Amino acid sequence: MIQSRPRTPLGYLPILLPAFALIAFYIVPFGSMVGMSFFHNLGGGAYEEVFTLENYARLVSPFFLSVLGTSFEVAFLVALFAIVIGFPFTYLLVNARRGTQVFWLIVMLSVLSLSEAIIGFAWSTLLSRTAGIGVLFEALGLTEKAQSYAPSLGAVLAGVTYIAMPYAVLLLYPILSRIEPDIEQASRTLGASPLRAFFNVIVPMHRTPIVVSFVMIFVFTLGSYLLPQILGRPTNWTLSVVISDQALLQSNMPFAAALSIFLMTVTILLVLLVTLINRKGAKA
Amino acid sequence: MKLGKILSTLFFWIVGIVTIAPFVVIAGVSVNERKSLTFPPEGFNLGWYGDLFLDAEWREPLMTSLTIAICASLLAVLIAFPVAWFNWRYRTGFGKLVAGLGAMPFLLPPVITAMGFLTFFIILGYYGEFWTVVVAHAIFLVTLPLVSLSLGFEDIDTSLVEASRSMGASETTVLRTVVLPMIRPYVISGFCFVFVISLNEYIIAVMTVGAVFETLPMKIFNALRYGYTPVMAAASVVFVASTVLIFSLVAAFSDLPKLLGARSK
Repeated sequence: MIQSRPRTPLGYLPILLPAFALIAFYIVPFGSMVGMSFFHNLGGGAYEEVFTLENYARLVSPFFLSVLGTSFEVAFLVALFAIVIGFPFTYLLVNARRGTQVFWLIVMLSVLSLSEAIIGFAWSTLLSRTAGIGVLFEALGLTEKAQSYAPSLGAVLAGVTYIAMPYAVLLLYPILSRIEPDIEQASRTLGASPLRAFFNVIVPMHRTPIVVSFVMIFVFTLGSYLLPQILGRPTNWTLSVVISDQALLQSNMPFAAALSIFLMTVTILLVLLVTLINRKGAKA
Repeated sequence: MKLGKILSTLFFWIVGIVTIAPFVVIAGVSVNERKSLTFPPEGFNLGWYGDLFLDAEWREPLMTSLTIAICASLLAVLIAFPVAWFNWRYRTGFGKLVAGLGAMPFLLPPVITAMGFLTFFIILGYYGEFWTVVVAHAIFLVTLPLVSLSLGFEDIDTSLVEASRSMGASETTVLRTVVLPMIRPYVISGFCFVFVISLNEYIIAVMTVGAVFETLPMKIFNALRYGYTPVMAAASVVFVASTVLIFSLVAAFSDLPKLLGARSK
């Protein structure tokens, strides 16, 4: 029934339209952005179509290096937190009843799909003086007077980890759901407690998926753009925020394009790294 | 109960509670009697939900978001369906290439895709036109129906297709009477995934039509910058509720764990 290819060239027609749509509205826009990154900025949204490398030269400025430092710091810490929380959570999830699994999968999918504007608003409320944990801490007598915990770097980390955790769960869920039940049983028979079986057998067994997920979450976090603006100060802004700020508020399209190309290069390098790790892991 | 069991149950529930807590708080502040940001809420008032649907300042962004999401998810499914069908029916390098291309936008940080569309539509002079955000969302999210439809096609019992063909059914008859009914749940879940994410998407919408139209996420973000109103909380609650409802429907009508890659047991 399955054929290697259509019998007549006409048989290719169904896939030609989608192919055209993807090329015209993805590859071409992409190319135009690459072109834009070499144009000269005139200010106020105008640009001159001459070839220049000045937008890329600005990437080594102290301002940009500090943005890069913040982005990588946030992405690294968030990826770490998300894995440390997400891995054991997913492990417990795949071993739960089916109904429990479906419930938490719906919750995780929802958190991941919700607008960062809504998550940001919810977290700024949660960290506020009048409606959040400040009230709770005061009521519990932990602090004398309720205070606000945002904007701060800690708030950005908490907010971004909050959306990265479901991403970690959805990345790890298919992998952990394939664990043979015999493995845990075997280590239990040999006298290991469930906790020891988890830390001494399950975690080391999944070194490769853990590293791969870490890199994927790192990339995912680099894309967060509203949470650092809502929960942080301008010094906590990440690369994605700076790109949208350059494009929309400073109206410097060529520089925003160059920054995007840089971010894309970093992303592609990281994805290649993941592929390499995966291949090595498969061999081992 | 053993210590390990107690610790792991405790951990699971703490993570679960923290995941749900932000929404409990905004649901609470959305029913405050007066225009204040307090939790636990003071008094009870559902009037802010009324404002969301009656006040044009909020109703219009809501309608804009819904229109974009419906059009974009239809378009995304229309683009993904022939690709998934073609790759199920034939094994060609070209088909695989197109499917790979469809997965790309979703892998990169969205701000990059958004910048591509911004440059492209500015150069062409279409910046700000309504259709640009529909096309941009459909292309950005085409991966989702592509994945769900590919899973669906793999699931089709080929002997049924063989049978109908050996009884003389043409390609289109097979597609209409055998394939389509079996693939329908996957079409619907693909549609739902695009719908929900398009509804919530911010950066691509801003960079295509942000100067002309306002979507609800933009409205919430702007309102957040210019001061607080409980309508924001009401709008967020409605969005959270519809998102959860749509994914619950997907779970009810298809095998959600399998759709997310779990081993079938």
